[in-house]
Amino acid sequence: MSLLEINGLTRRFGGLIAVNDFNIDLGEHELVALIGPNGAGKTTVFNLISGFYQPSEGSIKLKGKDTKGLRPHQVTALGVARTFQGIRLWGEMHVLDNIRIAQHYRLGYSLLDCFLRTKNYVHREKAIDAIAWELLEAMDLKDVAYELPRNLPYGVQRRVEIARAMSVKPSLLLLDEPAAGLNSSDVEGLIKLVRWIYDNFPVTIWMIEHQMKVVMSLCTRIKVIDFGTTIADGSPDEIQKNHAVIKAYLGDDTI
Amino acid sequence: MQKHTVTIGVFALIALIAVLAQFNVLDAYYVSVLMFMGVNIILATSLNLVNGYMGEFSCGHGGFMCVGAYVSSLCTVLMFSKNAILGAPLLPPSMTFIGFPLALLVGSFAAAIAGLVVAIPSFKTRGDYLAIITLAANYIVISAINNMEIIGGPRGFMGMSATEVGMKSVLDIPWVLIFTMLGTLGSVWLLRRFVSSTLGKGVSAISQDEIAAEIMSVDTNRMKLIAFMLSSGLAGLAGGLYAHILGYVNPQSFDIMRSTEIMVMVYLGGMGSLSGAALAAVLFTVLMEALRFLDVWKWVVIPLLLILLMQFRPEGLMGNKELADLFPKLRKFYSFK
Amino acid sequence: MEIFQHILNALQFGSFYALIALGYTLVYGVLRLINFAHGDIFMVGAYIAYFVAVTLLGIGGLHLGMDMHPALALAITVPATMILTALVGVALERTMYRPLRRKGANRLYVVITALMAGLMLENGNLALLGASRKRFPDLLEKVVWDLGGGVSVTNLKVIVIVAAIAVFLLLQFIVTRTKIGMAMRGISYDKFAIPLMGIPLDTIIVFTFILGSSMAGLAGILFAMSYPILEPYMGALIGWKAFIAAVVGGIGDIRGAIVGGFLLGFIEIGVVAVFPSTLRDLFAFSVLLIILWLRPTGIFGVAQTTKI
Ligand SMILES: Nc1ncnc2c1ncn2[C@@H]1O[C@H](COP(=O)(O)OP(=O)(O)OP(=O)(O)O)[C@@H](O)[C@H]1O
Ligand SMILES: [Mg+2]
Repeated sequence: MSLLEINGLTRRFGGLIAVNDFNIDLGEHELVALIGPNGAGKTTVFNLISGFYQPSEGSIKLKGKDTKGLRPHQVTALGVARTFQGIRLWGEMHVLDNIRIAQHYRLGYSLLDCFLRTKNYVHREKAIDAIAWELLEAMDLKDVAYELPRNLPYGVQRRVEIARAMSVKPSLLLLDEPAAGLNSSDVEGLIKLVRWIYDNFPVTIWMIEHQMKVVMSLCTRIKVIDFGTTIADGSPDEIQKNHAVIKAYLGDDTI
Repeated sequence: MQKHTVTIGVFALIALIAVLAQFNVLDAYYVSVLMFMGVNIILATSLNLVNGYMGEFSCGHGGFMCVGAYVSSLCTVLMFSKNAILGAPLLPPSMTFIGFPLALLVGSFAAAIAGLVVAIPSFKTRGDYLAIITLAANYIVISAINNMEIIGGPRGFMGMSATEVGMKSVLDIPWVLIFTMLGTLGSVWLLRRFVSSTLGKGVSAISQDEIAAEIMSVDTNRMKLIAFMLSSGLAGLAGGLYAHILGYVNPQSFDIMRSTEIMVMVYLGGMGSLSGAALAAVLFTVLMEALRFLDVWKWVVIPLLLILLMQFRPEGLMGNKELADLFPKLRKFYSFK
Repeated sequence: MEIFQHILNALQFGSFYALIALGYTLVYGVLRLINFAHGDIFMVGAYIAYFVAVTLLGIGGLHLGMDMHPALALAITVPATMILTALVGVALERTMYRPLRRKGANRLYVVITALMAGLMLENGNLALLGASRKRFPDLLEKVVWDLGGGVSVTNLKVIVIVAAIAVFLLLQFIVTRTKIGMAMRGISYDKFAIPLMGIPLDTIIVFTFILGSSMAGLAGILFAMSYPILEPYMGALIGWKAFIAAVVGGIGDIRGAIVGGFLLGFIEIGVVAVFPSTLRDLFAFSVLLIILWLRPTGIFGVAQTTKI
């Protein structure tokens, strides 16, 4: 069964069609890219999957379950985690808390447990902590565990955001322009990190990215959209040769 | 043992105050100031959950306090006092020990339910618009009670002192003082447990980036429901205690002015700091008493002080830090789970 | 026929709310600041009108020994009050709000400051002038026009309603047709683009406070003439109500203030016509609450969309 199945997804904002008849079928454990010029509707696709927007038409199925009408946190609970184009960490809470809170959907204790500090509460909080520390360790963020995100360099913030997404234990990880604003050594680090995640977790990674270097060195499949409409879908080699893509990106020398 | 120093200290302090009050070392005036201090601590810390931790601007806390005050008063008056509604009291004075805490609880629940009036719109609205809703809710509560002749309307409601009289007839110690101190301690303890849990931190996540919270699996509606209801419920507890301290309530004492006072304490202490709010409540209560000699000028001076505070130390006394963050050594003396 | 009488009353009351709501909405539209002191600026306006009027009539105030004709006194009192009240508003902005803005303080601190400034005005007045109420002198010869069928209207009522509508039209003109008005609207979108239009930010903000406060001053005089008993807390309740009216109309929108103000006037008079008058506030606030439940951004407000 496919992990994510999108059929005829369309989203309008007033007269503007941000996403038009979008289809995709993602299996378990893939590394896929979504590219397209500015304003093509890429982020909107992610927002639709996250449940932040509801589709105007079409359906999104996660592991066979239609996500229609689900609120974002419910979608996340189904195993979808994401990062944001502009970093959206909780700036006034240290990194460790940022990573703890993203496990909200599987807290596994009630408000009463919290008030009474029951065994279950203590046990669950320990488990949440353990997962957080494990991720911090593995992603080389242990030293900044007690720092506030807003005091960290941009590249580190990106990594924290990815760590936060991973703490959801997602089966689908959506990365919205993870390399945006990074310097070239950070970009190298990011490529390594994404590869490491892909190799170590049973997760499908779907990324929006403008930097072709990142896309080409990581992804096995690329989907290209322009004005909300899919114009190409295939392997990196195929995409590089595709005329429609070259035309959409005309003047853009990154391709 | 050292780990429990603070806990033991707090209980020792409560016992000490009770004993001092019992033997009239603390006269009635100081005892009543202490009790109002407790009530203010509950009000300030509970409002801080919404205005500090959640970053909303609720300006109708007095309304929820009012609901708690009236509902719990109604309960105890029906149970233990001669009243206009049922005539003779329902229960003998010896039952006050169960009846009084139960009435406080019922009052808190009623206030928590009233909190829904604000909690439900908060799913869709934020910021200034929600502030107006809290404001309107405050006015609605006050004018509803003003229109209920059966509980005295604008003239107020009394008979609550029968409860303390009942308790004292069994054992003559300062019961309301003791209940107030325990209620204060319990509220702060409950709030402290909530905000320090991963569950409770979801509230701060909402204030810092609601969209990220919603998308990173925080059920924001549930969190708002909990935060508003917990906050208004505790305000109801404070109201219940307040009513039984005074033995008399009227709707005017819970109007916007009261809500403003509570806000002053929150912003004086620092948003997102429980110890800050508690400290501010203590300071505010003392200040209110100390400035009594100013008479009508008191309410010119206090706003002026707060305006100066906003200009020169807008983050309040404590910012969003707790006492233990400022004095890490304190940690040695308490173990907080 | 009774209904016409109610409508006239509703229009009059709505006019007061609308005039005050305009001040809230103007400041909010420009600064995104709930100027909680505004209701008290209205109160200050009424007191200023009182002192100017009694001084001119020679029955109190500065005791300058003047003995002006009431009509002449009125003609001077109106502009004088508007100017003096505007000064009070600008003084608040200059001494309290602007320094905070300069420091880049959290919006909330400014709101708290405004709330406290309002308390200072109220209680300062109480402390300075004492609790005894002031009686506003009669400046206008009362004329009652009988419209037939038991409906009558006083000249004052007509003046109040006309004033509210005229002020609305004037403000609407300023905001949509003049350069500074457009800059006012622009600020709320983009603080940094405004200096590009050649108007300093602070000028626009001061101008906004002048407009808002002078309207509150005007409302103060008209209110004092209609209900000639002044007391320090007179601005509190009416101010809060006008504020809620502004929000229900859609705060930041001038039409919203007018619609919200009149709506509130109609609700209140409607309630009083049917129920005991003690239920007025309960109904008024409940209806407003329900409107906000259904339309969280008010009647003319547009929901802000967040893009991520
Ligand atoms: N909430 C919204 N309301 C109105 N229009 C929107 C909204 N969200 C997105 N749009 C519009 O939809 C179109 C697609 O936006 P989207 O953010 O998906 O583009 P994108 O492909 O992610 O571009 P970029 O590379 O710049 O991030 C744009 O024209 C945008 O203005
Ligand atoms: Mg995008």
